[in-house]
Amino acid sequence: MSTLSPNGHLIEMRDLVKIYKVGSEQVHALRGLNMAIGSNEYLAIMGPSGSGKSTLMNLIGCLDTPTSGDYYLAGENVARLSDGRLAEIRNQRIGFVFQTFNLLPRATALHNVELPLIYAGLKASVRHRRAKEALAVVGLEDRMHHRPNELSGGQRQRVAIARAIVTNPSIILADEPTGNLDTKTGAEIMKIFDQIYGAGNTIVLVTHEEDIARHTGRIVRLRDGQIESDEMRRA
Amino acid sequence: MRFVTDLGEGLRIAFRALRASRMRAVLTTLGIVIGVTTVLLMITIILGLNKAVAGQFSFLGTNTLYVSRWSWFDDNWRAMLKRPVVKVELAERIREESQLAEAVSPWGDTERSVANRSNRLTRVRVMGVSEDYLVTNSIKLDLGRFISEDDVSHNRQVAVIGNGISEKLFDRVGPLDQRIDVGGHKFRVVGLNAKMGRFFGQDMDDFVLIPITAFTKRFARTGDVDIVVKAATAEQLGDLEWELRGIMRRLRKLGPLDPDDFGINSQSMIMNIYRQVTGSIYAGGIIIAFISLLVGGIGIMNIMLVSVTERTSEIGLRKALGARRWMVAWQFLLESAAICALGGIIGVVLAFAGSKVMNNFIPTSMPLWVVGFGVGFAALVGIFFGLYPSMKAARLSPIEALRQE
Repeated sequence: MSTLSPNGHLIEMRDLVKIYKVGSEQVHALRGLNMAIGSNEYLAIMGPSGSGKSTLMNLIGCLDTPTSGDYYLAGENVARLSDGRLAEIRNQRIGFVFQTFNLLPRATALHNVELPLIYAGLKASVRHRRAKEALAVVGLEDRMHHRPNELSGGQRQRVAIARAIVTNPSIILADEPTGNLDTKTGAEIMKIFDQIYGAGNTIVLVTHEEDIARHTGRIVRLRDGQIESDEMRRA
Repeated sequence: MRFVTDLGEGLRIAFRALRASRMRAVLTTLGIVIGVTTVLLMITIILGLNKAVAGQFSFLGTNTLYVSRWSWFDDNWRAMLKRPVVKVELAERIREESQLAEAVSPWGDTERSVANRSNRLTRVRVMGVSEDYLVTNSIKLDLGRFISEDDVSHNRQVAVIGNGISEKLFDRVGPLDQRIDVGGHKFRVVGLNAKMGRFFGQDMDDFVLIPITAFTKRFARTGDVDIVVKAATAEQLGDLEWELRGIMRRLRKLGPLDPDDFGINSQSMIMNIYRQVTGSIYAGGIIIAFISLLVGGIGIMNIMLVSVTERTSEIGLRKALGARRWMVAWQFLLESAAICALGGIIGVVLAFAGSKVMNNFIPTSMPLWVVGFGVGFAALVGIFFGLYPSMKAARLSPIEALRQE
């Protein structure tokens, strides 16, 4: 099976439309968006609130399906898949990093990182080994038995990044990953993103901070549900 | 399917969540605790009663019928008062005529005081019997001999005493050959009955057996006794009853249209009354248990709904990480079942303690299956009332759920 779209991209979106119904009104969040993302690309999606960037992120992350249009992820059109199949895709292909970390508060760092592997149905021994490896990548192997409330904000986000990479996903999707962190800690987190990009991963950042976006090689700006600009840097 | 590993993982998640809210879990489970305790106590009491009643019936004699002047569960006393008495001699006639009777013994009973030189017991059960009573009522002796044919025909003043009487009257010396005073008459102890134990808090060992002839002479001037007739097997009881009825009607020279002027009584009549009583205990218990389990179940449903709302973002996260609907549903179902099973365990412990206390008044018995039943049933209640909250959790959209923080 090919792991690329018909035109040879890791991700390809064609004429994506997303319409929400709010009461009796229709909100056009995405108005026919076309975009392609290659393997081992590092890009930022930017835009003011209401521009459709959250909607786009939800679609890229397979948390939602478009009203119309096609979305090829690793060779498969996922635009009209069932709920259960989307859960599998998320589990295997997507690594999420959230602004608020979203760790299970009463579970250890190790258990938090293992979580996606549990849903993948792996044996405990395999899960432990891979979760420890992922924690080592973010430099937290000595903190794996700590709970989130025993970790600093930066450490929590590093646990979340370890959780995102532990399944070896096609794409890592980070939504304002430094939004809840001070500048210094945010810079440390960005260093980790740079590092895992360097290891061959594909990363999509959603952010409104230019400083953060500058780490990436491509900035896509949205406005009113369409791409306003798509700028390659350090090409 | 990776069902087993999922089950283990699900249980681990459930117990992690339970430990996080221990107090709440215990409180919500109260209804379940009360329900399970009620059901289990009910079952243990009835099982205990059944066991004890079986013991009581061995005392009445198994496979036996009682031919009497009185029909046991008939309240038409005026009609029965006109019936002729059942005399001791009738036992002889029945023995001669019946093909099915294995043993026949006349039997009378009364309450008298029993005393020796140092002690006096009032209201002791005194029964007059013949040597065949040994067979009809499966009597076992610890010491001495039973009442013999000679004792009966010679009208001897001898007695076989129950274990309780022996303990109360003769705490230092052996009872054999001792003299006792029964209702003002001297009797010599020739045998000691084996211990029978307690029934409904009553000592079954407080009785004195004397020859039926001495009994009628001293204590039953009208000569009215019962005749105990034993069938060889339980299956023959029905036939024996018909045979006895025929024999009695012939002996009493009754015409075809005359009603019986005697009663043929059996344990099954007591058994029926007993079943009615335990049946209403069961019914009452089931209603109480049903209501408390309903209330408990609704409590569980409520707390699970709260739990789903509280953990909306956790559900969203799990879904984002690849949990499918059934996995989320499974997690909450297991949690609900685990809370209820916990309630079930507490209920079992309480019921066990309760049955130990009640054992002082009425017999109880709690076999292992009752324990399993209690916990399992509670878990089922948890699954049933956890269904709706679990479905609600499973149907949450990951985006909506993640948005809540």
